[in-house]
Amino acid sequence: MSASTDNQKMPGKANLDVFSGTLQVLAQADREILAVTSDSRGSGKLVAFGQKFPAQIIEIGIAEQNLVGVAAGLASAGKKVFAVSPACFLTARALEQIKNDIAYSDNPVKLIGISAGVSYGALGSTHHSLHDYAVLRCINNIMIVAPADNFETEQAITQAAKLNKPIYIRFGKKPMSLLTEDESNGFEFGKGRLITEGNDIAIIATGETVYPALQAAIKLQAIYNINASVISMHTIKPLDYALLKLVAANTKAVITVEEHSIYGGLGEACASFLLENGYHKPFKIMGIPDEYTVTGSQTEILNHYGISEDGILKMSLQLLGLNTDEKTKP
Amino acid sequence: MNVKKMAIRSITYRQKILKYIVGANAGHTGGSLSCIDILNVLYNEVLNVSPQNFNSPNRDRYIQSKGHCVEALYVVLADKGFFPEDDLHTMCRYKSHYIGHPTRKVYGVEQNTGALGHGLSLSVGTAIAAKLDNKAYKVFTLMGDGELPEGSNWEAALTAAHYKLDNLCAIIDKNSLQITGPTADVCNTDPIDEKFESFGWEVKHVNGHSLQELKQVFDELPFKKGKPSLIIAHTVKGNGVSFMQNQTKWHHGVPDKEQYSIAVKELDTALAAII
Ligand SMILES: [Mg+2]
Repeated sequence: MSASTDNQKMPGKANLDVFSGTLQVLAQADREILAVTSDSRGSGKLVAFGQKFPAQIIEIGIAEQNLVGVAAGLASAGKKVFAVSPACFLTARALEQIKNDIAYSDNPVKLIGISAGVSYGALGSTHHSLHDYAVLRCINNIMIVAPADNFETEQAITQAAKLNKPIYIRFGKKPMSLLTEDESNGFEFGKGRLITEGNDIAIIATGETVYPALQAAIKLQAIYNINASVISMHTIKPLDYALLKLVAANTKAVITVEEHSIYGGLGEACASFLLENGYHKPFKIMGIPDEYTVTGSQTEILNHYGISEDGILKMSLQLLGLNTDEKTKP
Repeated sequence: MNVKKMAIRSITYRQKILKYIVGANAGHTGGSLSCIDILNVLYNEVLNVSPQNFNSPNRDRYIQSKGHCVEALYVVLADKGFFPEDDLHTMCRYKSHYIGHPTRKVYGVEQNTGALGHGLSLSVGTAIAAKLDNKAYKVFTLMGDGELPEGSNWEAALTAAHYKLDNLCAIIDKNSLQITGPTADVCNTDPIDEKFESFGWEVKHVNGHSLQELKQVFDELPFKKGKPSLIIAHTVKGNGVSFMQNQTKWHHGVPDKEQYSIAVKELDTALAAII
């Protein structure tokens, strides 16, 4: 395994902080970069950005449809626009603007969905974005990206600034550890990152769920001698079919993990590809079931639905037909 | 402005709108006829937009929020040389780029519109960019009166005033009808002027079929320094064809052979009266 096995290492920054820090660096060098916000500069950690670059932040107020329409207009005039708003509102209320003004009109806005998934925890389902991959996947001409760690976030934001196509990037606000110290394992949109390589099971995860998937893989090897391939599938669309094919061919079972509804997200995207290409093997989509979530913090909610190191470990054993009873551990 | 030449254009445009709607067996006849004089004046007297400068960042922008009246736009763009008019014989046909709402696949179209309530936000964004870049271009958007209940318009109206976008001009094609019937009965938006004024806009009324009045009001832009401008163009849906005027059913009615020939004759008579 190339990944660090140090379970105790200190987590890094929140991907949100990396986003705002990276955007400042980019904005300093390129005055065409704009942040457009919907009363979201606080939650987007953009207060310092606004102070440093007052001419590069456009406040819209709480009006997401207008936020996206205005962002599209700015982008059509050559601005490099990061439209920043909580993922839940951005991709639901402004969906028609995303579809028509950004994707269909091909205005290269960078939509930044902050506090994605169940980041808002106990604030409840109005504030959860468990639909964003699904609704955006069936809109043509928009990339969907969920960086896993600080490295992927920094890369995603930096590369998005240069991208002349519509893109949606979502992340949460909890501190994240690096998946790997291996600097040769680079980041490129549309190319999943193989974090560990193993022939027993493939765990394909996206966003902040890659980290617990990796921790589960480490335990699978250490305790059960099960070798897992863990993929950070940061780009949900376009999906890295080549990598998917490779790991599906070389493993006995496939699990997908996402902080999203089990409907319409990474899991179903992988499932349809695998089925259509003749990979018929044990398969499980791990995500939030079709319900308004249990009340709790982000961690409590994710644990509740098994989107955790422990949950992924158990599911892996189950899918491989092994007993998950603790007492039978070797 | 050569009034006679412009008046001839307006009638010719109407004839072409009908011709291509009949050819496509689809289109938004009433609204295209109500906004065509506005488009005539914009493209021939106001906008610095041409096939030659369409990729220049300094061109004026025209974004048609009421995308369904695309036939009017196509006819004017063809006349301005953006594409051969002959292309319009393919309108709405299998594999044609000339679909029933504007798209950027057609040279000369700024934004893909058709869903209502989008043009103003797009225009606000473009106008903010002009301010940021210290560019002199103006941004125009044409809205229908029927699309005003879309909430996004009012979000955008706030932002336009907040950013003092005096380089932005919205035009409302107030033909007072929409697909269901009189706009006042469907969802009354009157008084439009007071609403926009209270949002921080400067508003002027104009007869939307008077080429001179339209030209004059565009010449007065911006109506007030530091404020976005709204032109409420009072128009008649189906204008120019007697039996279509003010008739709800001609919102997207397609004339049959006989109706088409009557309409063309009426317009020919109007043309003869000018020439
Ligand atoms: Mg109307």
